[in-house]
Amino acid sequence: MNEITEIHAGSRPHLPRGVRLRRDEARARWTLLAPERIFEVDDTAAAVLELCDGERDLNTIVAELAARYTAPAAVIEKDVVAMLADLKAKRVLET
Amino acid sequence: MTAHAPPPPAPPIGLLVELTHRCPLGCLYCSNPLALERPGAELDGETWKRVFSEAAALGALHVHLSGGEPTARRDIVDLTRHASQSGLYTNLITSGIGVSEKLTGELAEAGLDHAQLSFQGADKETNDRLGHYAGSWERKRAFAGYVIKAGLPLTINAVIHRANLHQVGAFIDLAVELGARRLEVAHTQYYGWALLNRAALMPPRKEVEESIALVEAARVRLKGALVIDMVIPDYYARYPKPCAGGWGRIAINVSPSGKALPCHAAESIPGLEFWNVRDRSLSDIWRSNPAFKAFRGTDWMREPCRSCDRREIDWGGCRCQALALTGDARNADPACHKSPDHERIVATAMAESESGAGALRWRSLKNAAEPRAPAPPLADVAPR
Repeated sequence: MNEITEIHAGSRPHLPRGVRLRRDEARARWTLLAPERIFEVDDTAAAVLELCDGERDLNTIVAELAARYTAPAAVIEKDVVAMLADLKAKRVLET
Repeated sequence: MTAHAPPPPAPPIGLLVELTHRCPLGCLYCSNPLALERPGAELDGETWKRVFSEAAALGALHVHLSGGEPTARRDIVDLTRHASQSGLYTNLITSGIGVSEKLTGELAEAGLDHAQLSFQGADKETNDRLGHYAGSWERKRAFAGYVIKAGLPLTINAVIHRANLHQVGAFIDLAVELGARRLEVAHTQYYGWALLNRAALMPPRKEVEESIALVEAARVRLKGALVIDMVIPDYYARYPKPCAGGWGRIAINVSPSGKALPCHAAESIPGLEFWNVRDRSLSDIWRSNPAFKAFRGTDWMREPCRSCDRREIDWGGCRCQALALTGDARNADPACHKSPDHERIVATAMAESESGAGALRWRSLKNAAEPRAPAPPLADVAPR
């Protein structure tokens, strides 16, 4: 992971203009719509992205998810950071 | 025995609308058909809005507002607003010419999600010569600034051929300088106008390979800053492109006058009747137009496609290219190394890339031609 794609505890991830989280009713799935790209996202990833509003920082997001899924925060954080870093590298998420 | 109706096809993902064929540029490789449609034949705004609503209801997610130059339509803001309100992700594909800062702001306010701006060259001289429009360089650069100022994501599109292949690195620098989030390095696909001008456009194989390596290195260097998508020139490829993602599978095009097409060049194939959105709903066309069924799926395939393990990856490649270069739209796309015609197209590309060009045919209404102008001949190769 290089510096640009790193996610810190205080990062406030959000979808930039031009990227939309949208329910795709015709195919019964969540999608992230971006320029010339459609990323299929599973329900868990959609739940993470719904919290990426640019207000919550990573710690807050992880705490909320840990409470919701009654899972250890460290495990959640690892998964969330990996997912967000991947989306950031694809330029569909900003922090 | 009871006859069962086949299940309806999966819905399209993208709708590409050629809102008009009017365009200030004269690119030699324009993707519009040779038979450009006249302004008087264009659909009215209300019909386009209905098409957008129908596309969204059918399950489409993206709409590409294209042309010609889509902003030549006086109702472009109104159309953009309706597309966005229908729930479609709206992408403007533009030359940037004639798009003011005010109009850009209005498009952003109307819900535009993304703008894709073409450059014909990576410097003023090359850009203005290849776009056949003096002064377009400054206008394009200005438009890029308006897009960034409006907070919209910007993609730079560069169609690559022999006259600008040496500028791939400069296009990457240009995209970074302009603040683009994405760059398309799209090697010319040889249909329509580009097929007519193929001898002037075909790049040498070695330089193509060098440009691909350059892009791959830049992708690593610019990870997280710039996404670079590349379309490889298929005459030199091993496998064909799955044209339009497979005929009638994920994409639908609508021409300025309302003809619904599986791809922008589909009218070059004789014997297919394309229905018009003036007369039918998009859903009816997608499900029932025999032209959309003609090459959908794999039932139409012959060998080597029929038994190929990539038949649902490549979908046989491009039907229009198969027709133009082999004389039959049901043949394998000769870009595929399994096609018996593959060696001839590679030999043709190599010969044309070295021998230089014949007459150039700049894209214009005046130069518009019959949709089925014959393809330039392929080179002969010794029988295997």
